[in-house]
Amino acid sequence: MSSHPQAPAQESAHNTHHGHSHGHEAAHGSFKSYMTGFVLAVILTAIPFWLVMADVLDNKALTAGIVMAFAAVQVVVHMVYFLHMNSKSEGGWTMLAMIFTIVIVVIALSGSLWVMHHLNTNMMPMNPEMMKNMP
Amino acid sequence: MFTNSNLLEFIFGRLSWDSLAFTHEPILLVTFIGVVLGGLAVVGAISYFRLWGYLWNEWFTSVDHKKIGIMYVILSLVMLLRGFADAVMMRTQQAMAFGANEGYLPPSHYDQIFTAHGVIMIFFFAMPIVTGVMNFVVPLQIGARDVSFPFLNNFSFWMTAAGAAIIMLSLFVGEFARTGWLAYPPLSGADYSPGVGVDYYIWGLQVAGVGTTLSGINLIATIVKMRAPGMTMMKMPIFTWTSLCTNVLIVASFPILTATLVLLTLDRYAGTNFFTNDLGGNPMMYVNLIWIWGHPEVYILILPAFGIFSEIVSTFSGKRLFGYASMVYATVVITILSYLVWLHHFFTMGSGASVNAFFGITTMIISIPTGAKIFNWLFTMYRGRIRYEVPMLWTIGFMVTFVIGGMTGVMLAVPPADFVLHNSLFLIAHFHNVIIGGVVFGLLAGVNFWFPKAFGYKLDPFWGKMSFWFWLIGFYFAFMPLYVLGLMGVTRRVNHFEDPSLQIWFVIAAFGAFLIALGIGSFLIQLVVSYLKREELRDLTGDPWNARTLEWSTSSPPPEYNYAFTPVIHDHDSWYDMKRRGYVRPLEGFKPIHMPKGTGTGVILSGLSVAFAVGMIWYMWWLAALAFLGIIVVSIAHTFNYKRDYYIPAETVVETENARTKQLAEQA
Repeated sequence: MSSHPQAPAQESAHNTHHGHSHGHEAAHGSFKSYMTGFVLAVILTAIPFWLVMADVLDNKALTAGIVMAFAAVQVVVHMVYFLHMNSKSEGGWTMLAMIFTIVIVVIALSGSLWVMHHLNTNMMPMNPEMMKNMP
Repeated sequence: MFTNSNLLEFIFGRLSWDSLAFTHEPILLVTFIGVVLGGLAVVGAISYFRLWGYLWNEWFTSVDHKKIGIMYVILSLVMLLRGFADAVMMRTQQAMAFGANEGYLPPSHYDQIFTAHGVIMIFFFAMPIVTGVMNFVVPLQIGARDVSFPFLNNFSFWMTAAGAAIIMLSLFVGEFARTGWLAYPPLSGADYSPGVGVDYYIWGLQVAGVGTTLSGINLIATIVKMRAPGMTMMKMPIFTWTSLCTNVLIVASFPILTATLVLLTLDRYAGTNFFTNDLGGNPMMYVNLIWIWGHPEVYILILPAFGIFSEIVSTFSGKRLFGYASMVYATVVITILSYLVWLHHFFTMGSGASVNAFFGITTMIISIPTGAKIFNWLFTMYRGRIRYEVPMLWTIGFMVTFVIGGMTGVMLAVPPADFVLHNSLFLIAHFHNVIIGGVVFGLLAGVNFWFPKAFGYKLDPFWGKMSFWFWLIGFYFAFMPLYVLGLMGVTRRVNHFEDPSLQIWFVIAAFGAFLIALGIGSFLIQLVVSYLKREELRDLTGDPWNARTLEWSTSSPPPEYNYAFTPVIHDHDSWYDMKRRGYVRPLEGFKPIHMPKGTGTGVILSGLSVAFAVGMIWYMWWLAALAFLGIIVVSIAHTFNYKRDYYIPAETVVETENARTKQLAEQA
């Protein structure tokens, strides 16, 4: 919160927007944390890529589900390792931002899946073949 | 080796003499000549008065949030004129095109006009004016000297301006999209829209979207990190609260628009099949995704307007805002709920009863916090000493109009009713009712309210009232007939009608558009008259309305550094609180003030972005590649620019503050 009465707000804010002055407490990450993030991002990209390219699983829906799950985890990895969101920095604001992002991602993904599933189920048959398979 | 035509194609891509459509279209030709003459006159005047240096140094390269805010508003007003010209053309066409009369706009042109109208009004009028007012007011309201990232702010503005330039270019070079403002596939796909229209749409929005997203990040950081000491979250002015929520919405939703448009771009440029009819594509996914952005967008526009009304109501009623905490919670609840209602834009697509019921109910729930706000404003006015100045008139006009729009919105939220009303003029009337009655009235109220803060003199009240009454009455004339037509089943985006009994309603609507034109004209006259009478309307106190929030404690216009000392806050109506407790301006002890320095990088990057977009739109790959390279190089080079700040010497601060002390003493 901003209620701390220390140095005028302007000065600390000034430091934030000038890359060359490092007078503030916000986390910047270390070489190690960036590498961890990078390696995780690569792994989380490579596995879905492999799943699709090598046709590992027979079930297409399962593959799609796994790819989406990896994508969602990827979002969190980026936020934690590249955007330095954690429960301690900036007095909880980055944590709040992370929770909000997760809520929005969950709403957008689950909502889209739900909506598109219903749209597909209710779709009129597109050709005689589909017509034959109608219940 | 290249043959001659190969070479030409390499250089110019799809661009040819035929692309200059205006040469054989009389309406466009006249417009083009008008634009050229007007442009020459402006350039000539600027050169004659030797203003280029002034404009470049004091405005274009400025990182001062106040100047950037003003530039945003100017951009939006210019685009308002363009978007409104489109509106008038549509109204005229629909009023005359009955039976044997084909009207004066062929379908291909008419379709471009309604698309351009929607795109311009939302992205290049409403968004810039909202961002502009937030930019100007928020740092002043929280007692900051600038935004968190001043260069980013300048860059954001210029990216928005670049997007506007790309859209404007389509008027004369090539064509604009004929798809409607959201460019649904498959119509917007490569098969059905092979021309450059949709590409103009995509790149205009993508470039402007960069600016919007960055400005959202900037303002969030500003509000979270740069509030004056003592201003806890629940002591923030309500406009700052709504701005915070709006910018959270911007940051969370614009990436979805960007991603959706990227997928559409891939479909059009790389032959992928995300939104095609066959090969596994699904156009419905586009509609789904674009509305996950599109619905929060509606609240991005309206929340700041709610904030403006809150400030105005409490100022002109001479009371604290009724239910400050409930206002804050209502705003936050709207922010969250706005992500849970998107499907109501396509109830008829066939998701079935359970999905439609869920989204219908969430939509009705979102009207509850909005309704709570209306009651808060009413109770603020109750037993208040109301002054009917121009901003207050806009507010009252808003409250009446917006309630009607809200009620028709709840009607549309009922899925069975929506099946009848979907895609009809009823819908058009509804969203114009809330956007004009809410956003436009709000921003015009805001412009009237904060104009003296920005320029040091009030806007002329007579022409302000003329503008208000023409807008208000014109709005009802223009859109009430559309409700009637919609209930009769007339669909949107039609450029010719058979049934002559409908004509009278369109004529009334066209008359309404004429009244609104007078309203806009009065607003422009108001600006000119106020400038001419500026000595008479001068505000020397810095607090012309006897207002309540912090921005009115500094001079009008504020000094470059806003506040010589960062104020300390004890209450959410902090300036009212300071006045009540007999606040005394500090008169000595001034120190040099550390400020950010202007830079031309934003303008350069914006120019390169336009070049990149033009290259992509016309398949001039060399241009796109060069411009993209240029953007990367300039961005990296800018990070090595260490001369980003300077100190305003203490003597200058003393001089400015003494001048103000003298001015205030003369007042007393």
